[in-house]
Amino acid sequence: MAVAKPKQQRLVLALAAVAVLAAAGVIASFALQDTAAYFKAPADIAASPPAPGQTIRLGGLVKTGTVTRPGDGLELHFIVTDMKADTNVTYRGLVPDLFREGQGVIATGSFDAQGVFRAQELLAKHDEKYMPPEVAKALEKQGHPVNAS
Amino acid sequence: MIPELGHFALWLAAMAALAQAFAPTVGLWRNRDDLADLAVPTALAQGLFTGLAFVALAYAFIISDFSVKLVAANSHSMKPDMYRFTGVWANHEGSLLLWVLVMALAGVAVALAPATLGSRFRARVLSVQGFVSLGFFAFLLFASNPFERLIPAPTEGVGLNPLLQDPGLAFHPPLLYAGYVGLSVAFAFAVAGMLENKVGPQWARATRPWIAGAWALLTLGIALGSYWAYYELGWGGWWFWDPVENAALMPWIAATALLHSIAVVMKRDALRAWTLLLAVAAFSLSMMGTFIVRSGLLTSVHAFAVDPTRGLFLMLLMALYIGGALTIYALAAGRVAEGRQFALVSRETSLVANNLLLSAMLGVILLGTLYPMALEAMGGAQISVGPPYFNRTIVPMLLVAAVLMGIAPWLGWKRSATGHLARRLLPASIATAAAAVVAVLLLDVRGIGAILGFAAAAWLGAASITILVRRGLTFNSAGMALAHLGVAVSILGATASGALQREALVALRVGDSVQMGPWRAELMDVRPVAGPNWTAIEATLYVQRNGRPVGTVTPQSRMFIAPAQETTESGRTGWRMGEVYAVLGKPDGSGRWQVHLWVKPLVRLIWIGGLLMALGGVVALGGRVRALALRRRKLVTFAEPQAA
Repeated sequence: MAVAKPKQQRLVLALAAVAVLAAAGVIASFALQDTAAYFKAPADIAASPPAPGQTIRLGGLVKTGTVTRPGDGLELHFIVTDMKADTNVTYRGLVPDLFREGQGVIATGSFDAQGVFRAQELLAKHDEKYMPPEVAKALEKQGHPVNAS
Repeated sequence: MIPELGHFALWLAAMAALAQAFAPTVGLWRNRDDLADLAVPTALAQGLFTGLAFVALAYAFIISDFSVKLVAANSHSMKPDMYRFTGVWANHEGSLLLWVLVMALAGVAVALAPATLGSRFRARVLSVQGFVSLGFFAFLLFASNPFERLIPAPTEGVGLNPLLQDPGLAFHPPLLYAGYVGLSVAFAFAVAGMLENKVGPQWARATRPWIAGAWALLTLGIALGSYWAYYELGWGGWWFWDPVENAALMPWIAATALLHSIAVVMKRDALRAWTLLLAVAAFSLSMMGTFIVRSGLLTSVHAFAVDPTRGLFLMLLMALYIGGALTIYALAAGRVAEGRQFALVSRETSLVANNLLLSAMLGVILLGTLYPMALEAMGGAQISVGPPYFNRTIVPMLLVAAVLMGIAPWLGWKRSATGHLARRLLPASIATAAAAVVAVLLLDVRGIGAILGFAAAAWLGAASITILVRRGLTFNSAGMALAHLGVAVSILGATASGALQREALVALRVGDSVQMGPWRAELMDVRPVAGPNWTAIEATLYVQRNGRPVGTVTPQSRMFIAPAQETTESGRTGWRMGEVYAVLGKPDGSGRWQVHLWVKPLVRLIWIGGLLMALGGVVALGGRVRALALRRRKLVTFAEPQAA
């Protein structure tokens, strides 16, 4: 095939580049919309409950005295609180080392049709130095500032 | 006394960097050779003094000198010796000192390497490196002094995050930094090339080994980080699309694109402006990675600095360098001559396609990493973008890349002869079909993504091996084929360990067992064990496959003494190229222990592929080293008669 003129070749290259990057951009923004998980505190959930099946990151403190392990020893029930509202959480799996009553936690999962929050993953940090920033912010919003060191 | 000497050495190193930055700049501007010639000695001095400062800090850590604030905050006298040393860079200040050390050593390497583009060009490169070092010295000395004293000294230190007390800490950060900083050499070559108007095949030949070296080190650093996360975090995964991981992956992708585009400059003198832009982008992304990771924007084991002024300082530094480089680029781009043209089906076009794909991947990762941060910074919702996003976008692009990577090496430069393609790709085509059939019929794989993964790995692997077994292999083509083979091996490992994985979450009493297909694991024993600075509960599981013993896995739940913190240590045993992976959970109060088990076939191939890629980079370097050695020998043989 004939070799294109330099100017034309540059144009073709530039057009191809724009096309590829634009396509990637469109795909990426759709994927972003579909998969982004919003962070919500119990008060947010009380105000506007998310649709069942929608993945969210629920954050707050593990309410003291609410952790129970019913069933086959693999199920964990607890309440996440932001001092204003509470959300019931069930989780099946190994509990992270730093999961404690009264400490911060982020549970990633979704509500089932019965309105129970089923967590797929728990993220826990054990002291104020490692408090997840989202949780610290959510508590602050409810008037319970956390002293970050 | 020693810490003060270290602090003083750091100042001397900063002064050397200052001289290294400005003396050659003035010298080259005023045509004063005496000033330009200062570039080499100042670079050597910077290396020496930074080395001394590092040794001084390491000494303070090793003897547990808690009168140094950094040591008191991050070390402990009971910590094993190895982690007392590697703990030097397991904190904000120390890791920055490691960064400037690697940077100074890169300057020494440039100063001592043969100046194939002339001493004037070398002086220019070293002065750019001096400018870059200078900013980091300023950051270190004014905002992150590692030698700050703590009076009165505490009798004991706080200790090191247990997750970091691992041999991985000895290699992962230094390798990663060496890769990042190696890209700063490519950056310096690009800026110097623009300032000296030297961008062309010669320049590309001189720059390429630095890129190949940096790329190989970065590959190793990332592969090691992935392996470390795999066995340390106990989540059973090997890549989590965490922003911290993306921060290292983005410069790697830019470096990969650069490594390919510079070949076009070298062979065909085309794509010059684009290659320069990539060189600037690769190092900018390295700095951005360090900024994201270290500024405290993210919570992770990597985030040390929580001081916002530090984040601001790093951001200004980054803006200064990126802005400066882009300004030079904008001014010089007009002068960079237009490249030569090429046919539609040619090696050049395939490399352009490679660069487009890699740029698209880079853009997608950049979006997924920065968008949540930007949204939050602007007061919007707090969202997190995780594996679903990246898997949906990156995996298809990677499959397309694998197909192209099988074909591209067979295309010739400039021309569009395609007649031989079908014959040369025949082995790869057969392997692809065979892999798909085996996956569906024998392995019972049903997901379309997994079948495509097996097929892509077979295609690229067979195509790369076809190149390796051909006669007339050069260092460059061998390096390329090895690196491509590495990609195929990693794809195979990732696909197989995901698609053929077996998983069980159970609560077991001692003596109970769990069955996963042909695999069976029996809980033999749970007992306390002790280490140098921890105690642990250790479970022993006996693993069999089809009734034949495979081995035992011993997951632990560790309690560290300082700082008092619990961690889980996964238990693993190998089977062929796969692993049985176990994590021990809590007792349920009635004598049962939670155990999470995975069988991950071929999982080790993921990191072996990474090793092969790095090896490919090193082999490609070999060609340049050999060419330089040959040239030197020629010079010597020419010089000898005269000397005699």
